[in-house]
Amino acid sequence: MLESEANPTTLSKSTGLPRKRFYRARAHSNPLSDSHFPVPLSPRHVDYSLHYPQFFPSSDQMGNPKRIQFADVGCGFGGLLISLSTLYPETLMIGMELRDKVTEYVKERICALRGTNPGQYQNVSVVRTNSMKFIPNYFEKGQLTKMFFLFPDPHFKEKNHRRRVISPHLLDEYAYVLEIGGVIYTITDVEELGEWMKSCLENHPLFETLTEEELEADPVVKLLSTATEEGQKVARNGGQTFRAVYRRIQPSV
Amino acid sequence: MEDALNEGENNKELEVAPALIAVHPTQDSVAVAVGSDLRVFDLREGCGVHLTDDSVEPFHKNSIRAIRYGANGKYFVSAGDDKLVKIWSTNNWRCISSVCSEKRVSTVAISKDGLYVCFADKFGVVWVVDLHGIDGSEAPVNKKAAPLLAHYCSIITSLEFSPDGRFILSADRDFKIRVTVFPENPLDGAHEIQSFCLGHSEFVSCLAFICTVDYPQGFLLSGSGDSTVRLWEIDSGSLLHTCEVGHKAGHLGSNGSKEDCSAVIDLCTIPDHNIVAVATQSLQGIMILSCDLSSQSLNIAKVVSTGAENYIPTSFACSCSGELLWMITGVSKFRGSDYNSLARVRVLSGFNTSNANSAEQKVIVLGDNEVPGAEKLLHKLQGSVSVKEDVFVAAAEAVKTAMCNLLIKKQYSAERREFRKRTRNDKKTKQ
Ligand SMILES: C[S@@+](CC[C@H](N)C(=O)[O-])C[C@H]1O[C@@H](n2cnc3c(N)ncnc32)[C@H](O)[C@@H]1O
Repeated sequence: MLESEANPTTLSKSTGLPRKRFYRARAHSNPLSDSHFPVPLSPRHVDYSLHYPQFFPSSDQMGNPKRIQFADVGCGFGGLLISLSTLYPETLMIGMELRDKVTEYVKERICALRGTNPGQYQNVSVVRTNSMKFIPNYFEKGQLTKMFFLFPDPHFKEKNHRRRVISPHLLDEYAYVLEIGGVIYTITDVEELGEWMKSCLENHPLFETLTEEELEADPVVKLLSTATEEGQKVARNGGQTFRAVYRRIQPSV
Repeated sequence: MEDALNEGENNKELEVAPALIAVHPTQDSVAVAVGSDLRVFDLREGCGVHLTDDSVEPFHKNSIRAIRYGANGKYFVSAGDDKLVKIWSTNNWRCISSVCSEKRVSTVAISKDGLYVCFADKFGVVWVVDLHGIDGSEAPVNKKAAPLLAHYCSIITSLEFSPDGRFILSADRDFKIRVTVFPENPLDGAHEIQSFCLGHSEFVSCLAFICTVDYPQGFLLSGSGDSTVRLWEIDSGSLLHTCEVGHKAGHLGSNGSKEDCSAVIDLCTIPDHNIVAVATQSLQGIMILSCDLSSQSLNIAKVVSTGAENYIPTSFACSCSGELLWMITGVSKFRGSDYNSLARVRVLSGFNTSNANSAEQKVIVLGDNEVPGAEKLLHKLQGSVSVKEDVFVAAAEAVKTAMCNLLIKKQYSAERREFRKRTRNDKKTKQ
């Protein structure tokens, strides 16, 4: 999938990377409308050899127990994945993005990076999917160690709150795919959304907040506001950000 | 916005609702729903039941989509397109509570302890109603439902509790079956997902458990639009066996054209027998599967025909004793016919023979005068004793179209999709 040839005219001459302006898409997608992309029937149907050919040289993935551990949900142009790729070179990670053209851009970007940096960026990939519907099709119970929700669409109107990627019901599914001790990272520049995400997590019985010390010690936390395209835009405009980082815990009995 | 759903709502054919049947766990009564009409027959007294509903909105005003007795037989629930969930006491057949739903209701279930009613709406949210403190002696109680769990914007087609009551299972249009721990206090939500049973490649239409003395915890069975019945272990969500029923159905049923949609309509397990009755859209008659729980396999044992009739059941029911399998075929708001609605009840017998080998059992369709309650019952539940047979072919076709329209994902060509997008945007700018 990622091995598709990049169209040379869409690649920047100076960097060899795909140019974003060829991949402009509608700013917002409606996650509720019906899908027209393939969805794996179950996590066992996810073809790892397509996404991570260096780790999975043959399509027989039964022999290799390695599984995706990080998911960047609504990854946009993929900046976070690119940073995480070299920080955790042995961890498989995937971006999930609803917009077709944006997903294509990320694919090309990863391809180009793999080309110019042999042996690197083999652990990142992207899928076009609606994460709100199909997370359980991609990941087994307790498979993920980290999930990222960076600068998600705010959906301000009350009646559109159920389109938000963080909601009490969706957290049940995220708790399912996260291992005990796994961490969910959220950040936004929209104060109201920040409060919403924090309160959803705070009120959920399967999540607890990280302490200040833990946040300090986690190298990923620093990337939340700096690594993604959206984060950089907010920083350029001197905007404030609101972060909520929570750990998946064992349910108390 | 939710174009897939709205489109369905506007579609007239969707209004057609299949007839439903339910049997009291100890066969005290049988209930049938055809359109907005709820009909109950008391099998002990041998007479029709008069329902009493003193709620603000008495009885149902639109198609009933789900009916269900609780495991202990105390309560009965009916719900559907009028967004009302009615809880009835089976003692005196009074409506003891009429709960309002925000959306149309697609399915209902009662917890094993009989203390909670759960229902699912067409936007994928499962709600729970607490029955504590209701005794059915006073006027209908106002109860509010609390959200229990949700499948993101998918139609939930079936709800079922595991035999031990620990889990609630929810099946949806997006091929999924979710197994969730039913918590101590469900009003706070059910957050702990035990597993997902994934493998169906079309909507899941029905769920049932099969339990035996050797396997009291039971295994899950699911029927789907992909023309299979599957056997699952729910703790892990593992698929144990897949039984293709479409092939056989297509073969024996109609002309066998390729487009024939032979979705599984309903399935019913016969308690304490390793037998599953299956209704599929293109098979006239009932398919009997035998389930071997020790080898975890599921096989077609035989097809029972109902004689010369064009009989495709729309719903099954069975009491705890497993003596009789009740079935109904029928439809409401049926256009192009003299009947506004029609229903035909049939009963299968012969599961309780000493021969435990299911394949060799002599399963027979009872004649109308052999059915418990005989003509009196048929008159009550069908609305008439006899119905012209040929009408059923058209009725079965209408039910099939309605089900496919509602649950099968539309495959639009790229151009058509673009067109739909454009017209949607036009609408937006006008506002
Ligand atoms: C504001 S952008 C942020 C992108 C990126 N995380 C960043 O920080 O730059 C939100 C992204 O989420 C995507 N998105 C929204 N709903 C989604 C869904 N249900 N599934 C997958 N992606 C979704 C949007 O297409 C968009 O690219």
